[in-house]
Formats: sequence, structure tokens, C-alpha cells
Amino acid sequence: MNTDCIEKKILLRAPRERVWRALSDSSEFGTWFGVKFDGPFAAGQSVRGVLVPTTVDPEVGKLQEPHSGTVFELKIETMEPEQLFAFRWHPYALDAAKDYSAEPMTLVAFHLEAAAEGILLTLTECGFDQIPLERRAQAFSANEGGWTIMVGVIEKYVCGTE
Amino acid sequence: MSAARSETAAHLFAALGDATRLRLVGRLCEKGPMSITHLTAGAKMSRQAITKHLRVMEGSGLVHCTRRGRESVWQVEQRRLDDARRYLDTISKQWDAALLRLQSFVEK
Repeated sequence: MNTDCIEKKILLRAPRERVWRALSDSSEFGTWFGVKFDGPFAAGQSVRGVLVPTTVDPEVGKLQEPHSGTVFELKIETMEPEQLFAFRWHPYALDAAKDYSAEPMTLVAFHLEAAAEGILLTLTECGFDQIPLERRAQAFSANEGGWTIMVGVIEKYVCGTE
Repeated sequence: MSAARSETAAHLFAALGDATRLRLVGRLCEKGPMSITHLTAGAKMSRQAITKHLRVMEGSGLVHCTRRGRESVWQVEQRRLDDARRYLDTISKQWDAALLRLQSFVEK
């Protein structure tokens, strides 16, 4: 089990420039993701977003409703036009009462690749292992999710499985 | 978080805050279920001392004990370890859903 990264692939039957716009334009990104950003994405800059239920899928929008208003930050790392869009953030930072700013961030990257019928998009999110043990322990007492992190630590460091 | 959960958490950390216990869990992870005889073979500690450590971890839900004839067989609580995957699974599922929304967004 790889505890550090998540990888996803999806085929998008759309032109490359369309896919790129949906990722790199903060208001377009916000539309499908369910976030309202306070500015455009620019490499090397941070942008703040507020969770708003997505309108693309009303059912998901309903699920997002309880987290509506949660503020979070993206640090834009890379914008290689029509190729690669990457940012850092605090994963699963849904507890509005909590300050995540001191924690390490994960790196989320979208790679665009030409495919026969459109664009093959690869999403990776890496860096889960960098969240320090101590922090995982705190997360454990702060919410139930922390428990699973702690057990993940046990699995990885004690059992040596990946 | 409920008081009961906090207590479980405290138990877990106490249970793991000891090199002997970590080694025991490590061996059980690696080798699978083991009888107390196997676990104590070659150990510098007495069977009673090792059993005491195992009982502490049993109390935190990390390992459990079954009887095989006259022997105690110890194993790691797999369900707990499976929980480890749930954190990444949760994030993973959120991405699945987000990417499907992206798909319908760019393909419409």
C-alpha cells in the first residue's frame, strides 16, 4: 500500500484547451470543484477559496452543504500551459475551527496527455507521509479521521507494508 | 470526539509507547498469527512478561488472542489496520467524484 500518494486517471472527451481552461481558470475550477476563489491562479502565488456547494452535480452539492463556507488556501506551484497544473494545499482540511497553516501540505498535480479520443488527465496527490507523526497523533484526538492516519502509521512503520 | 473515543486513543498511544510492544506487533504483522510459545521463543523476557504486554495491546484493540487447544494464539486486529486505508480512500473517493464533475463540465 502506498500511503504517500493517490493517483487517478480519467479520459476527458474534450479539446486540450478546454480541459486546461477548466483547470487553470480559478472561476472554472471553482465551478466543478465547488469553491469560490478570491482571485486568479498564478504560479508562485496563493489564492484563498471558500467552499460553496457545486452546481455541476446537485447531489454532491447537497453533500458539500455542511462544509459550505470552509476557507482554504491553494499555493499554486506550476502552470505549464495545457500540460501541467499543480498546487499545494492541506488535504481534507474541513474542520473550520482548526488552524492547519503550520502543517505540511500535499502536492496536487493535474497532467494533461493527448489520447485518441481526447485528453487523458492524470491526477496525483502526494505528500501524505510528510505529515509528522506527532501531528497525526493530534489529529487522532481531534477527529475520527486521525485514527485512521495513526493506524496507517502503524501499518507502514511497524508492519513495513506499503 | 466522544469521551469513550478519547479513552481508546489514550490506550492506543500507551499501548504503542514501548519498544517491546512495537516489536511484538511488528512480528505479528510480519508472520501472521503466532502462538505464545513461538512469540516467546528466543526472547529475553519471560512468557508472563510478554503476555502482559500483549494484554495491554489487546486492551487497545490492536491485537487479540484466540485459544488453539491449550495454546494462546495472538494476532493483529486486521480490521484496525484496514482502517488505515480509509483515510486515503475517503480522499480518493472525493477525487473520483470531483473528476467526474470535471468530466461533465468539460464535455457538455
